[in-house]
Amino acid sequence: MKEQLERILEAATKQLKAASDPEKLEEMRVQYLGKKGEITSILKQMGGLSPEERPKMGQLANSIREQIETELKAKSDQIKKELAAKKLEAERIDVTLPGKEITIGRPHPLNAVLDEVEEIFLGMGFDIVDGPEVETDHYCFEALNMPRSHPARDTQDTFYINENVVLRTQTSSVQIRTMEERNPPIRIISPGRVYRSDAVDATHSPLFHQIEGLVIDKGITFGDLCGTLDMLMKKLYGKDAQIRLRPHHFPYTEPSAEVDLMCFNCGGKGCSMCKNEGYVELLGAGMVHPKVLEGCGIDPEVYSGFAFGIGLERITMGRFGINDMRLLYENDMRFLGQF
Amino acid sequence: MDLSLKWLNDYVDVSDLNIPEICHGLTMSGSKVEKYETEGEDISKVVVGKILDVKPHSNSDHLVITQMDVGTGSPVQIVTGAPNIREENIGDLVPAALDGSSLPGGKKIKKGKLRGEVSEGMLCSLDELGLTLHDFPYAIEDGIFILKAEDGRELVPGMPIQQAIDLNDTSIEFEITPNRADCLSVIGLARETAATFDRELKVNAPSFKGAGGKASDELSVEITDKELCSRYMAAVVKNVKIGPSPLWLRQRLRACGVRPINNLVDITNFVMLEYGHPMHAFDIRYIEDKKINIRRAAQGEKITTLDGVERELSSEMLVIADGKKPVAVAGVMGGEYSGIMDDTVTVVFESACFDGASVRTTAKKLGMRTDASSRFEKQLDPAMCEPALLRACELVEKLGCGEVMSEIIDCTNGVKVRRTAPFDSEWINRFLGTDISEEEMLRILSKLDIKVENGIAYAPPYRGDIEYKNDLAEEVARFYGYNNVPKSIIRGVAEGELTEGQKFTRSLRRAACATGAYEICTFSFISPKSYDKIRLSAGSTLRKSVEITNPLGEDTSVMRTTLLPSMCEVLSRNYNNRNAEAFLFEVGTEYIPTGAELPVEQDRLVMGAYGQGYDFYTVKGAAESIFDILGISGVEYTACTAEDDVFPDSTAFHPGRCAVASKNGVKLALIGELHPDTLANYSIGTRAYAAKFRIAEMFVAAEEKKYKPLPKFPATTRDMAVVCSDDIPVAELEKAISEGIGKILEGIKLFDVYKGSQIEEGKKSVAFSISMRSHEGTLTDEQADAAMKKALKKLSEMGASLRE
Repeated sequence: MKEQLERILEAATKQLKAASDPEKLEEMRVQYLGKKGEITSILKQMGGLSPEERPKMGQLANSIREQIETELKAKSDQIKKELAAKKLEAERIDVTLPGKEITIGRPHPLNAVLDEVEEIFLGMGFDIVDGPEVETDHYCFEALNMPRSHPARDTQDTFYINENVVLRTQTSSVQIRTMEERNPPIRIISPGRVYRSDAVDATHSPLFHQIEGLVIDKGITFGDLCGTLDMLMKKLYGKDAQIRLRPHHFPYTEPSAEVDLMCFNCGGKGCSMCKNEGYVELLGAGMVHPKVLEGCGIDPEVYSGFAFGIGLERITMGRFGINDMRLLYENDMRFLGQF
Repeated sequence: MDLSLKWLNDYVDVSDLNIPEICHGLTMSGSKVEKYETEGEDISKVVVGKILDVKPHSNSDHLVITQMDVGTGSPVQIVTGAPNIREENIGDLVPAALDGSSLPGGKKIKKGKLRGEVSEGMLCSLDELGLTLHDFPYAIEDGIFILKAEDGRELVPGMPIQQAIDLNDTSIEFEITPNRADCLSVIGLARETAATFDRELKVNAPSFKGAGGKASDELSVEITDKELCSRYMAAVVKNVKIGPSPLWLRQRLRACGVRPINNLVDITNFVMLEYGHPMHAFDIRYIEDKKINIRRAAQGEKITTLDGVERELSSEMLVIADGKKPVAVAGVMGGEYSGIMDDTVTVVFESACFDGASVRTTAKKLGMRTDASSRFEKQLDPAMCEPALLRACELVEKLGCGEVMSEIIDCTNGVKVRRTAPFDSEWINRFLGTDISEEEMLRILSKLDIKVENGIAYAPPYRGDIEYKNDLAEEVARFYGYNNVPKSIIRGVAEGELTEGQKFTRSLRRAACATGAYEICTFSFISPKSYDKIRLSAGSTLRKSVEITNPLGEDTSVMRTTLLPSMCEVLSRNYNNRNAEAFLFEVGTEYIPTGAELPVEQDRLVMGAYGQGYDFYTVKGAAESIFDILGISGVEYTACTAEDDVFPDSTAFHPGRCAVASKNGVKLALIGELHPDTLANYSIGTRAYAAKFRIAEMFVAAEEKKYKPLPKFPATTRDMAVVCSDDIPVAELEKAISEGIGKILEGIKLFDVYKGSQIEEGKKSVAFSISMRSHEGTLTDEQADAAMKKALKKLSEMGASLRE
């Protein structure tokens, strides 16, 4: 009997080595270990053994059974693994094929930059105020210390609807409306479209966007204006951004300044991008003229403030390196898709 | 304003500074330099040459061979074809361009042979040096420039030509702001320069000796319109000798961009440039009745101006008239015969002050902005008439070109303005955020001729811009240095926030982006023809738009009452630029006239699309997603087959493929396929789609989002296909199903619409997948079947039956 068992073990081991698929393993399990399997049938013959031999043979039979069982399991695991690996191998794809296109909409570059500027000012405690684009002469000029005879009002600059109504030439009109409606302290920006009668070319457009800023409170200084603009430019262009202020003239501010940004290309040394000036003109600013404050019912002896107007096109073009303003209004998909 | 650097140095010595330093300093103190150019920079190795010998060329009739002393010790041979170089020119000095020299326009001169004779260079004409007869009136146009030693200078062979003829000045171009008319002058800029670099300003008060006599004996002056003319001064110069001005004067005019003409005219231009106060010179022969009257023109009165153009005047224009007719348009331009001619004997110098606004309006109306008008329009001060006139008289005597009558004429309207502003150094420091000493402030102000006494600053007459204490703060800040002011942060705490409306618009733009559309930005003005292109009806209210009276062109002449044309144009541009597809949106403004002074400006969202994958339902799907994300539920869609009352631009759409979306009866959006004619009008060769949304109405319709518990029990789904008449909209079928099933209805999903051979003509089969769910328990089959039965009953009421 012992020999029988050992033969079984030998045969099973041999068969296992040759087995290569799960079906064969199942067959073997039935053949050797099943209810009618070879080991079971041998165990059934145990009755014919002597009481001394019985436990020995029992032990041997069980150990052989366990051995076959273990080997079957090992083999089975191995085959499963191989099959899984084969399947993965068969499922190999060309990962260099392009991905499936998902159309994602995008904001217009002007609005993308405007959103950013608005966030900066919201963070600095400014509200955002809108105002009409078709505006009265009063709000666009008169209240901004530009009486009828002022050169800035030449028809060559301003679009007129009638004698008293114009397309606003600057967002400063919103300054006046705000000062009339709110009491200081005031901190607002007013972004929007403005109109000048300039023919379209690479750097001019009859319509463009300005972001007007206005701060009115007790004790607002020219230094505050410099500090605010400096902070804006650093947030917009990074810590290395440097501005410089040049004296200028606007009828509605005094003192007035033009603000230049140091050319990023040459770091102020002068290059072709900044026309050798080292700086690029960016915006106009100044301390609100006492006449303007008075006109809005704000006492210039008590309050002071500053205002500035930033050209959105200019900072957008600078930000993305766009060299022709017309691209912004042509709205070609190939252009819009770049932002 | 172009400034001669030499002239500047006459008044303030900055010869030790290099030009970029000067330019930068002035720019930073408020006189912005646009650019600068140095004369003669493009000329090299051109020297004074002395003609030692002239011989004919054996091989040519028109060439001559010269031997030239060019300062090198031994003579050089130069061949020239100029007709004005002959034997009698031996000893003359001429410009000689040597071997390797360069001339304006990049021309290079090299040693060579002319018909066998060596030529070591070229003799130059005026033109070859980039000059004209105006600059050197004694030269000739077609020939070599034979030099004269002017202004007592000594010309030596070998001397660089730039030095010999004063062709080495630098012209600096300034951008002068309109408040500083005084800086449209050499002295004004010299004063700024002196203050900027802390130098001494050397300006002498002008004066003249006079040759006796009274100007008033020759001429009478009367100001009829004292409002528009505050002062009129006149001097009379007798026995004038008209001729060219000396080199120094011509050179300074040239560097300031003014063409020299003759000594008398040059003097008026010189004074205008020097003092910033325009002058005029009349020939007294043409002043009828020897009477000058400053009055308004009669309506329709005519004058032929110096430029030879006859101009019709109107009654608000100020003129200088003689006893009979206007002889000049005040402050703008003189009349044709009033100017100086070669045979002029007696000259009247005018130095006057006119109302700035009036000059500006007149110049604009007549379409002639002159050097004079551009100064007068900035409102000059009457006090400046006198130094200007005296300077002109002084120059006449200096140039020896006439006898100035000792007594001059001075008519004024008697109005004198003393310009003052309160000065308070502490306030200025508080206002600027600086800590500048009062002494420093006073030093700066005194450099600008602003005197401070007892807390009051007195500005000189030419500084009409000094009025408020802010103005003084600016003067201090300018020369202290704007960029030396310490940067500070605004004190106090403020909270900035968007309004609910602004937040909504931002969400809307984000939602539109999320549907895959690209944002566009278009002009607010359009052509009125656009209204025809989008097929607005003849009586459409949208045809009434805000019109621009002075548009750049018809294309941009009216403010849009609808965003559709702008969108169509962009779709068209993209289509014609061969972009295969486009899906776009814009949040823009429509300008609706209401009869009030200002129109209503209403914001709208417009979307547009064409290309593969886009159809009516894509755009409608985008609209549905936008409504959903913004919290607008229960939107109903109805077909829009004709002009809509809220969306009169619905006529732009295909009448069978256009829908109005509304909620509770409020119309929110218009969605559709563009009408074939609209497409044709915009040259779009494919179907295109658009939608327009009313933002304010959507804002009202949007509900705050609230969490609904996730379902605890499973849903039951049943499919159903019904056959009905083709003209029943699916929305009606869905409504019937919804009513039949009641509150256990969770959703209806349309999955098929079929028309064709399997179905009776005029009918369609519509298949839905209906999902039902109860929050109280799992639905039984019986419950679901019963609900479906009810739905079917409702459907059958409208003529729809279960598809067999």
